[in-house]
Amino acid sequence: MTAPLLSVKNLTIDYIGEEKDFRAVDNVSFDVAPGEVFGLAGESGCGKSTIAFAISRLHKPPALIRRESSILLNGRNVLDLDDKGLRDFRWREVAMVFQSAMNSLNPVLRIEQQFYDVLKTHKGMNRTQARDRTAEMLKLVDIAPDRMRDYPHQFSGGMRQRIVIAICLALDPRLVVMDEPTTALDVVVQREILQRINELRRSLGFAVLFITHDLGLMVQFCDRIGIMLAGKLVEQNTAEAIYGSPQHDYTKQLWASFPSLHGGVLL
Amino acid sequence: MTGQPTPILALDRVTKTFGHGPGAVHAARSISFSLHAGRALALVGESGSGKTTCARMAMREYMPTEGKILFKGEPVDGASPAETVRYRRAVQMIFQDPFASLNPAHTIAYHLKRPLLLHRPDIKRSEIDATVRALLQQVKLDPDIVAPKYPHELSGGQRQRVNIARALAAKPEVIVADEPTSMLDVSVRLGVLNLLSEMKQQMKLGLLYITHDIATARYVAEDIAVMYAGQIVEWGNVGKVIDNPAHPYTKLLLSAVPDPDIRFDDPSVRLRPQDVEEIRRKSAMTQDKIVEVDTDHFVRAA
Repeated sequence: MTAPLLSVKNLTIDYIGEEKDFRAVDNVSFDVAPGEVFGLAGESGCGKSTIAFAISRLHKPPALIRRESSILLNGRNVLDLDDKGLRDFRWREVAMVFQSAMNSLNPVLRIEQQFYDVLKTHKGMNRTQARDRTAEMLKLVDIAPDRMRDYPHQFSGGMRQRIVIAICLALDPRLVVMDEPTTALDVVVQREILQRINELRRSLGFAVLFITHDLGLMVQFCDRIGIMLAGKLVEQNTAEAIYGSPQHDYTKQLWASFPSLHGGVLL
Repeated sequence: MTGQPTPILALDRVTKTFGHGPGAVHAARSISFSLHAGRALALVGESGSGKTTCARMAMREYMPTEGKILFKGEPVDGASPAETVRYRRAVQMIFQDPFASLNPAHTIAYHLKRPLLLHRPDIKRSEIDATVRALLQQVKLDPDIVAPKYPHELSGGQRQRVNIARALAAKPEVIVADEPTSMLDVSVRLGVLNLLSEMKQQMKLGLLYITHDIATARYVAEDIAVMYAGQIVEWGNVGKVIDNPAHPYTKLLLSAVPDPDIRFDDPSVRLRPQDVEEIRRKSAMTQDKIVEVDTDHFVRAA
């Protein structure tokens, strides 16, 4: 493997409570190579979203990242960045798509304006340059560029989600963190979006940290997968191995809880 | 879906339109299905396909614009209050969101006592506490621990079990479950689905299981109806429809279900956006011709 793009080492995150602390993430280490799709799977409360937030340094008190932790992106420790460093780092190097991302567009601004905000802040583009870039990005996610003058409510849920992804990719980030990006969408739209992301990462070369509870979907999309249980990373392997020969009991149980289309459960 | 004894609940060519004129939304177009004792019908489709509109019409929350709802063969029109009360008892609903469907200010015991007091005059006051315990045991919750608790003290799966117990308290004949597991974790989802199947068999309930997850539909139901844009495009035996889909939309839906055996990198399985649009456009048109693919397997054709 080449040098990792993202290297999470001994990440431990506590939620500080009045009487006792809750360990949300317990000594988790994993690497993501450039251009790779790495999946984190587990049930709600297992700490997978906490990790996603920590990578963009979006966690807020009472979440506390313990001192022995490090999150290295291209060798630089994200946890050491100052405010200015953090502003440059967010979005330009690591972009994030949230679970309800389609609702994270501003309802009173045209799509064009929302692209412009990002492009002006981070790249200092003027209107014309931003419009060209917007058209280019919308085309990437199969949306007609002339619709950039529309407002978010004029698009369907799946289209809004694709617009958010287009905004995320507008600055050519090297890593995109996707926290349950398609959970609120139906399967056909989900398939269209993830298929497109997969093609884009092949052509543009960004890496994806993909978080979901749907193991079947994860195996379809990811190169490698980590399984989380109660804050710990209990198993980490290639997608084929997680599907074909799961080692940890919890991974096996997780598979056994998916009904199969062909009757019975998976496995 | 014919040739069986009189269904408990049937929708006969039911149509529901919201709004008027050119902006009208045809949420349900000529929907017919029937629910039989001890059987489950899965209503499958994407968001906005009209599944929940159908559920609400079965619950008599919406009145159909056209068509009839038959309860044990008799049309229900809401003319007689006594009949309405009987219907409200006999048809119970389980909602999607286990966090919003219980009153946060009341204990679990209260939630189960209310339907007993309202709908079960056959139970003596002195027996109510014992019945609450029995109901909780039926849904595999420990009455001593759960009954005095408040909803926020329970997990999502436990709350959904309480919701099932609450529905069962009214001694229903039909249960309408609208995405009962879509907000639950995968690890507790199967437990709730198994419980629903068990109740269906033991108590001879007619179950209308509404979902967008076609794999769980196969797990729970005997019959399936696939909806798109307000129409049931294909219906019949769940195994026949899933193993041998005839309608282009059903095929599309099945091909998009997450399957760990298919990698996105494989170009042969790629869904072409143009094809998907074409199927959506064609399936949205009114399709009147019904073709019998096989015994107990029907499809609409343009």
